Amino acid sequence: MITGHLLSAADLSKDEVLNLLATAKELAAITDGPNKKLPTLRGKTVVNLFFEDSTRTRISFETAAKRLSADVINFSAKGSSVSKGESLKDTAQTLQAMGADAVVIRHGSSGAAKRLADTQWIQAAVINAGDGTHEHPTQALLDAFTIKQHLRAKESDFSGIKVLIVGDILHSRVARSNILLLSKLGAEIVLVAPPTLLPVGIEKWPVRISYDLDSEIRECDVVMMLRIQLERMADSFFPTEREYSRRYGLNSARLAKLKNNSIVMHPGPMNRGLEISADSADDLKSVIVDQVKNGVAVRMAVLYQLLGGAPIGDSK
Amino acid sequence: MIKISNAKLADGNVVDVEIDNDLISKVTKSSGTVSKGSIDATGQILLPGLVDLHTHLREPGREDAETVLTGSYAAAAGGYTAISSMANTYPVADTAGVVEQIYRLGKDAGLCDVNPIGAVTKGLNGEQLAELGAMADSIARVRIFSDDGKCVSDPLIMRRALEYVKTFNGIIAQHAQEPRLTINAQMNEGSVSSRIGLPGWPAIAEESIIARDILLAEHVQSRLHICHLTTAGGVELVRWAKKRGINVTAEVSPHHLLLTDELVENYDPIYKVNPPLRTEKDVMALREGLAEGVIDIVATDHAPHPEEDKDCEWQAAAFGMVGLETSLSVVIKTMIESKMLDWSQLVDRMSIRPAQIAGYKTQGQSIQAGSVANLILLDSSAFWQVDRSKLKSKSRNTPFHGMTLPGVISQVIYNGKQTVIAGRVLNMESDKNG
Repeated sequence: MITGHLLSAADLSKDEVLNLLATAKELAAITDGPNKKLPTLRGKTVVNLFFEDSTRTRISFETAAKRLSADVINFSAKGSSVSKGESLKDTAQTLQAMGADAVVIRHGSSGAAKRLADTQWIQAAVINAGDGTHEHPTQALLDAFTIKQHLRAKESDFSGIKVLIVGDILHSRVARSNILLLSKLGAEIVLVAPPTLLPVGIEKWPVRISYDLDSEIRECDVVMMLRIQLERMADSFFPTEREYSRRYGLNSARLAKLKNNSIVMHPGPMNRGLEISADSADDLKSVIVDQVKNGVAVRMAVLYQLLGGAPIGDSK
Repeated sequence: MIKISNAKLADGNVVDVEIDNDLISKVTKSSGTVSKGSIDATGQILLPGLVDLHTHLREPGREDAETVLTGSYAAAAGGYTAISSMANTYPVADTAGVVEQIYRLGKDAGLCDVNPIGAVTKGLNGEQLAELGAMADSIARVRIFSDDGKCVSDPLIMRRALEYVKTFNGIIAQHAQEPRLTINAQMNEGSVSSRIGLPGWPAIAEESIIARDILLAEHVQSRLHICHLTTAGGVELVRWAKKRGINVTAEVSPHHLLLTDELVENYDPIYKVNPPLRTEKDVMALREGLAEGVIDIVATDHAPHPEEDKDCEWQAAAFGMVGLETSLSVVIKTMIESKMLDWSQLVDRMSIRPAQIAGYKTQGQSIQAGSVANLILLDSSAFWQVDRSKLKSKSRNTPFHGMTLPGVISQVIYNGKQTVIAGRVLNMESDKNG
């Protein structure tokens, strides 16, 4: 069981991760039934505090909270007091006054979730739903859940699984959280990116680095494609969209090189035709839709554990 | 007439000192007794008043963060008898009018010399030289020019500035930060920034400007001063330049002698400063550089900010730390306790050399008859705990809150007048209430 906050994949022990995944599996089984809703968080208030637009993450958390019968308030920065210059501190204190039990925060500034948890601005449980270019721990949990579902249904250890993470590692919170979490479970991680999109000091991370997707793709079990932001091109991280796509995109030729039981993942939203071709995204090897579905289950598990819901079996 | 008995000097001699008006009138070997009506300095060290070449006072424009008066309180409390106000005020100190205003406010405060630093370029925009001559000729007699907070990044403007100030023996103090390599930079680029996902400020952004400016200074035979050096590579470059006989001086800020980028881990903006906290290796290189004299001086980069600019998320926070009141203690802790500097060398780095570089004639003088009486007395074996709520500065943004530091200042004498008595800054309470 986790308690307090969920800020970083680094804070989770292997046992806590496995426990969360088991809870998620249990919750998923229940909500797959005819009555999707559990009463466990009735009376609790979950606030989605989104300073960046992210429809998919927000509705995933919203769905998760509602399936547990929590009240959900969506607070998005656009058109709110925040766009009129209100500080994070004042926003947090406002939510505190309104009795939020959990705050799911998405913020453009790395460390914003940690600040919210460390300061006295608010007492609620803080869940990091993506902070700048730092972390996105629930994404890593749902990715681990999906990998386990497809490759390790019966075991708890990921050793022997080789995961390629391809693309903009430098700016990716998804990559950071996944590296921390999947390596903790025993997976071998290879990062594939142009040198411009790899952070300084990466040689100290528990990963191997490669610049060559073609040489790596034959041997991997999981290939995780990261979204490439087009504004990176203007900043000269790579010359053109097409060159990036040729060298680091997943296309049908590369897809054909994958082992039979390998899976293709993407955190979404995809740039079809850039980092991933349409046929790769829609291929049988692609588990991208499963990732979205599993996101709800994993976020239910996180909310359930942090807010101390009633035992699952108790629900009537 | 002020008398001080039994004071130990930096060289170890124990003396009695007499001060008449603004001058030291007599220094004699201590008789061992404390004469009536004199300050008993037994067990304490008497040093020349400290001189800071890098102070942000925020007046005019941001008086909510600091004024010339409150900055002077902080300076006095920290043992400084001269400070140098940086030009990045609102309006910018880029005209004779603004520097004279700051100079006069300093005189009115009367607790230390307040010497304005003039902007190199108009509005700190890096494009057109400010009226350097007018500022030099004003009553503020400006000799140091800096766009601090911003780098004079255009090599041609930097060249012209270095050339132009030769007329009045001026010096350009460069904030060495290549802007294109530090777009949106938040902290030292390294393993910590990569892990916690903050945009990095690489060491080479400092080193490349230092290298360029050293070569420019050599080419035009002018004086260059490097502000707040933070990198091991920067120390190397200055060492090389000095060996080559180039007229370059450099400063280090106390926080860069003690703190590292590991502290940023929790995203507490109290550690957000520009240039950023670096690695352990850099800290050690800076200490060695200061010990060796490659780095000439300690300068505080005292940068006050109001509460709301630090009580927020990292990226929304302002860069900067207050430093006047903790500077001496941090230098004692990092340099004296480690035996890298002795007391005479500390006086050189914190008083004599800065006064020489800036041409502050009444400052950094040796303690002997005839010198202007700018003096501090401290108990070097005593410790104090830094309490942000007790700072004399108007701002509270110290990274040293809660730390126990060595060196307690008991007396400060500025131009022959006591400004700090038994650790209390003169007139401060009445002024604060009034």
